[in-house]
Amino acid sequence: MKAIRHIVVTIILMLAATVSQAAQVTVFAAASLTDSLKQIAADYEKTSGDKIVFNFAASGTLSRQIEAGTPADIFFAADETKADALEKKGLLVSGTRKSVLGNSLVIVTPTDLAMIHSPADLTNAAIQHLAIGEVKTVPCGTYAKAYLEKLQLWPAIENKVVPCESVRAVLAAVESGNVDAGFVYKTDAAISKKVKVAYEVPAADAPKISYPLALLKDAPQPDAAKKFITYLDSDAATAVFRKFGFIVLSSPPTK
Amino acid sequence: MSGAEWQLVGFSLRMALASLLLILPVGLALAWWLARKDWHGKALVETLVSLPLVLPPVVTGLVLLQLFGRRGPVGSWLHHTFNYDVVFTWRAVVLALATMSLPLFVRAVRTAIEEVDIKFEQLARTLGAGEWRVFFTITLPLAKRGVLAGTLLAFARALGEFGATIMVAGNIPGRTTTLPVAIYQAVENGEDAHAWKLAGVSAVIAFAAVFISEKLQRRK
Repeated sequence: MKAIRHIVVTIILMLAATVSQAAQVTVFAAASLTDSLKQIAADYEKTSGDKIVFNFAASGTLSRQIEAGTPADIFFAADETKADALEKKGLLVSGTRKSVLGNSLVIVTPTDLAMIHSPADLTNAAIQHLAIGEVKTVPCGTYAKAYLEKLQLWPAIENKVVPCESVRAVLAAVESGNVDAGFVYKTDAAISKKVKVAYEVPAADAPKISYPLALLKDAPQPDAAKKFITYLDSDAATAVFRKFGFIVLSSPPTK
Repeated sequence: MSGAEWQLVGFSLRMALASLLLILPVGLALAWWLARKDWHGKALVETLVSLPLVLPPVVTGLVLLQLFGRRGPVGSWLHHTFNYDVVFTWRAVVLALATMSLPLFVRAVRTAIEEVDIKFEQLARTLGAGEWRVFFTITLPLAKRGVLAGTLLAFARALGEFGATIMVAGNIPGRTTTLPVAIYQAVENGEDAHAWKLAGVSAVIAFAAVFISEKLQRRK
């Protein structure tokens, strides 16, 4: 009995020790940031001692979860309007919001399909299914729809659209060959060997793609979160973002 | 209820009914086979049929996606031979619903058939009835209540199916979106009132289905 009590006490002390030393920072981040942020966090954890925990999903899904009271420290979205909505509800710490990254939109196709060279080709009858992010919750889908509407192609394409729950779901749908094409970010296309970039939307034609970042009002670990936010501006972190193809916005926090 | 909402309810009901059309012949044959015959490897078939009941629905969806996707064994054949796509179309909805509700139907019908006294069937045979005639004039009428209960169970399961449907059919408004998927999407979009309205409709349909099945079971 005594031995068991010793073990229990030791375990509790060890747990208490780890809790007091390392903070766990919870980051709710856009699906398109998955690979870059994981790498940045791995580097950060080596030096800081804090642990970074992620929840990657469509920005709209994340903002809903935050509104519903899910504990999180940092919101890193792919669409300014998603941060606007939370800011309006007073869920962001004012003054911490900044626009950190940019990206560009590309049309991808399965590697064995070579019939798209311009967005107008999407109206071709041979293109039966076009995957885009769900237009309300997935920023990449919102941007794609706005772009196609600007080109006045949306009415002709609308009934081919397969809405996906995140930009990564779009990528997966194209990879599987079950859709003929899809709209993702350049950074997503770059991590997949199973898709081909058929067309890159020129920055001038696309809606402005901007990734906002902010500390959340109900953050359980505000101090550790602030440290990580500062690290995201460091040369080491921005180098990773650049490596994955993001545009690092040099002059925040104009919105 | 708006026009689009009625359309959604109508679509979901149609898809569930279409899946029943697929289930009825297959399910009756399977149930009879399992109830009345013994053969080598029967346990394997039994397990396979029940698998969608115990597997996570998304796993069933994943298997269907692999089989019927454009690069899957069945899907690529359909695509190249008939230019016929399953994944992300209404056909995928019917396929998912049928796969998911088949086990419920087979279980209910099999039990009902097993409860039919085999002497009646033998008697009919001695009077010269063939196997089809025995099934349709003796076995099926006597197992009627179980078949009806199984049909309603399968129908209710089909109306509530989410995981497998979203994997193979996706969520294309007006073309593959069913009630449960629409409820999920409404919550995702922050349209809670819309979600509750659709949830209410689902509850009414479920209530009606259970109520009817209870009534049928009571009546001898």
